[in-house]
Amino acid sequence: MPMQWNNFKEGDAIPELKKQPGVSQLVKYSAGGGDFNPLHHDYNFPQSKAIGSIIVHGRFKYASLGELVSGWLDHGGRIVKLGCQYRGMDLPDKEMTLGGTVKRKWEEDGKKLAELELYVNNEAGKNTTPGSAIVRFD
Amino acid sequence: MAENFEITDEMRAVIGVESQPWTHEVTSTSVRAFARGVGYTDLVYFDEVAARAAGYRNLPAPPTYLGTPIFIPGESSDTFSGPKDSGPSIDHGLPNLLDGGTETEYFDDICAGDTLTVTSQIVDLSTREGRSTGTMLITTNETRVVNQDGKLVAVQHGQAIFY
Repeated sequence: MPMQWNNFKEGDAIPELKKQPGVSQLVKYSAGGGDFNPLHHDYNFPQSKAIGSIIVHGRFKYASLGELVSGWLDHGGRIVKLGCQYRGMDLPDKEMTLGGTVKRKWEEDGKKLAELELYVNNEAGKNTTPGSAIVRFD
Repeated sequence: MAENFEITDEMRAVIGVESQPWTHEVTSTSVRAFARGVGYTDLVYFDEVAARAAGYRNLPAPPTYLGTPIFIPGESSDTFSGPKDSGPSIDHGLPNLLDGGTETEYFDDICAGDTLTVTSQIVDLSTREGRSTGTMLITTNETRVVNQDGKLVAVQHGQAIFY
């Protein structure tokens, strides 16, 4: 059901999205997104060897936060702004839990807006990719 | 590892210099490929009937997808798919790269069938000390995305970390 302005309030949780991207998923993301940095698929790449593993693209996590917000909106509103910071590396085949909360809901110049605070928690519960979004409803 | 890395005047000179424009395509196939790569199951990103029912002109670009840069052998980066020499680069000599963060502001929908003209520029340079990496260079890049109607549809800021 498309999200509607009257159907949520400040403090509401965004339903969590769990992902466990393996190498095959990361390869699909490389192909779809155009980022073929070997750090995301080649264990013999010097930087992968130095880290001890390939790592999940920061942009995969960013796009997944987009998927989280898109799923919550279900096309009932539009994303005006979406951002995140890559604070920690995530490894393939590890579960990550994406979620967030409605931090603020307000009207401005006739626009109905909400700010979301977002997270990507790793298996240890550490938020490796804090993010935020502003969404607009017509 | 860089012990004595410093931002030089030569590096600072590239701040604010806009790249040559480069074309990004948004096609039904490219939208599906991106949506598949992320792991979407929402049919709006795969099925044109579902997309139109949800209020879009055509398959919408999933959030963070700003089209696929036209690939020209020799001119495009084999690794990152964008143009290699469209703008000034920084000769910093640091071998390793990590993504620091990304923020995108949207002004309109981007859908399959759109042709986007993309320019970028470095808007900031800074350094940070890493525990195990020595001095790291942080570049902030601004990317502006204009559609076929001349409308600015998105602006993206990204931080790259070199060490």
